[in-house]
Amino acid sequence: MTKDKLSGAELVIRGLEHINVSTVFGVPGGAILPAYDPLYDSPIRHILARHEQGAGHMAEGYAQATGELGVVIATSGPGATNLITPLANALMDSTPLLAITGQVASDAIGNDAFQEAYTVGLSMAATKHNYLITDASEIPQILKEAKYIATTGRPGPVLIDIPKDILNQQASWVEPGALDLPGYKPTLEPNPKMVQQASNLIKKSKKPILYVGGGIIHSKANTELFDLATKFKIPVVTTLMGRGAFPDGHELCLEMPGMHGNYTATTSIQNADLLIAIGVRFDDRVTANPSFFAQNAKVIHADIDPAEIGKVRDAEVPIVGDAKSVIKGLIESLDDTNLDTEGWISELKDMKSKFPLSYKQEAKGPLKVPYVLEELQKLTKEEAIVVSGVGQHQMWISQHWNFTEPNTWLNSGGLGTMGYALPGAIGAKTAYPNKLVLALDGDGCFQMTCQELITASTENIPIKIVVFNNGNHGMVRQWQKIFYNSKFSASELTHDTPDYVKLAESMGAIGMRMMEKSDVEKVFNKMLEINDKPVLVDCVVDPDDMVFPMVPAGGSNDQIIMNKEDLKNL
Amino acid sequence: MSERILSVLVEDKPGVLARVSSTISRRGFNINSLSVGPTNIEGRSKMTIVTELDAVEQVKKQLNKLVNVIKIVELDPSMTIETEVLLLKVSINKDSQTSVIEKASLSNATSVDVGQDFAIFELTGSSKELDKFESLMKPFGIIEMVRGGRIALQSNL
Repeated sequence: MTKDKLSGAELVIRGLEHINVSTVFGVPGGAILPAYDPLYDSPIRHILARHEQGAGHMAEGYAQATGELGVVIATSGPGATNLITPLANALMDSTPLLAITGQVASDAIGNDAFQEAYTVGLSMAATKHNYLITDASEIPQILKEAKYIATTGRPGPVLIDIPKDILNQQASWVEPGALDLPGYKPTLEPNPKMVQQASNLIKKSKKPILYVGGGIIHSKANTELFDLATKFKIPVVTTLMGRGAFPDGHELCLEMPGMHGNYTATTSIQNADLLIAIGVRFDDRVTANPSFFAQNAKVIHADIDPAEIGKVRDAEVPIVGDAKSVIKGLIESLDDTNLDTEGWISELKDMKSKFPLSYKQEAKGPLKVPYVLEELQKLTKEEAIVVSGVGQHQMWISQHWNFTEPNTWLNSGGLGTMGYALPGAIGAKTAYPNKLVLALDGDGCFQMTCQELITASTENIPIKIVVFNNGNHGMVRQWQKIFYNSKFSASELTHDTPDYVKLAESMGAIGMRMMEKSDVEKVFNKMLEINDKPVLVDCVVDPDDMVFPMVPAGGSNDQIIMNKEDLKNL
Repeated sequence: MSERILSVLVEDKPGVLARVSSTISRRGFNINSLSVGPTNIEGRSKMTIVTELDAVEQVKKQLNKLVNVIKIVELDPSMTIETEVLLLKVSINKDSQTSVIEKASLSNATSVDVGQDFAIFELTGSSKELDKFESLMKPFGIIEMVRGGRIALQSNL
């Protein structure tokens, strides 16, 4: 740079370049306008979303797919309040996110100025940390600090709020220095004593289960996990956020446990004598009623966030540390131990064949989501990144899609944010333009953020969207059927309004429809051939289909509802 | 349930009190008292949080996650010097005046302001001593009262 002094706005853009940000998602507006001026001249790619919630989810999708920082920019007031959902979502799923928001000028703060909201206060409980900048010269250092906080330890969202006068204030660029964060020192290396205790428990165990989740993916520890599981022959369950951390199809992989987990995964935990829990948080969707959860098991709980250990379930061996280091430590400590788990593995194998996931697709009957999913996966030749919304379709994907790689399954797990799929997929495709990115969504979810289809077309982001259209909020309908005597209060959406094909076309995408079994292969092949435009497939499915297995909220994982017939005994 | 006292060393940054109190209320924890003030180290403040929670371990862990929280020490009540301050405005008249002043001085309260029909006392001491003084003054008619948060230091570490 030739200029001695830069504006705060220029410091923001240069600061973002300095921390290696190459793509940002956002929506401009009054207070953030100064930052958009130097952004225009920067090599940083800006994706203009149609709503700040969409922009936030795009940044999350980018981060979930890459494991790196996602960045979103919004203006003050409504721009910032629209970001609260993605921030809360990123906090729940530990996604590294940086949000930069404009704020009204410093002397207007607190005066109810136009487009003023107390962004730092509003986002306090939805971020890992946040800042209000009071001097432009702080900007480069705070950007460096924010990235560090967002991406290290247990990752999460960080917000930086910048008043408009600060964006216009002149200051010198000072190379960011060493970080001074006396209260932020994540523990990465586990205490060797605890690792030793853990391996002693593992050696004594006859029925161990590796219960692993998102922490493995954040830590990029899937290779180490594979070594641990296969070397010592320990079966693995992968939670919703951990799908892909251990390859589906492997004989030790039991896939997802919990409320809609498969019978064997859920029951393996109930029958285990030892849970080796790594990077998981004993979420209520996994444990159901914690008093009935894994009653016969001792627990080793390793997590990078000490607050997760003992929060829901006391651990016999608590280990604070990064998943990768913990697993390496365990492998080393177990050394050439021979675990006798043959009996346990064959018990689980029998269980798998006795209680498989099942669905019935009739030749002339309405389409069933699991069938469509399995057909789609057969037709895709390459490893796809799959992004979903929340509800029935999400559970079916997690159950029926074969995930073999980490970072290929992006969804809103903790917060359960409907509308994540489409913008999330846009973010992922922006990061990996050459990968196949599928947004597999429900119709209720799709309608929450569907305007982002325009973003995909206008920014040339050729994702593929399948809307599983059952004309209903499917999971709400399922609960109403089971728990509210089939009183379908406010869950019906109608499957023909909007006309999704016309909607897609009007938004610059290609629209297609499938109604019956004979359409599936033909339509998907056509969808997969198109690579220069976003494609949307309106997949009309059975509104009365329900997700099983199911353990009702607060129930016991020993009482799994396997099918419609089991409901009669409820 | 017995009381637990947390001494929390924090960075003296804007919003740190809001972060701590929001974390406490967000997680559904109740506190009896919270006070905050500067320390002898520049840029550092100390908060004293008194709670009756069983879940004090969870509180500590959640607070420790805050970037501006540097250190949390749970103080052992048997080795802790603890004090609290009170200002109390009581009504007086010719008949009660002597008795009020006598009781206040026996309680080691200092009179900081006296008017025609009121007196204001200041008292520093343990929560029990403050409670006792309050009940002594009650019959005379307490007009207004304020108590500061409890502060504590470990006498022996």
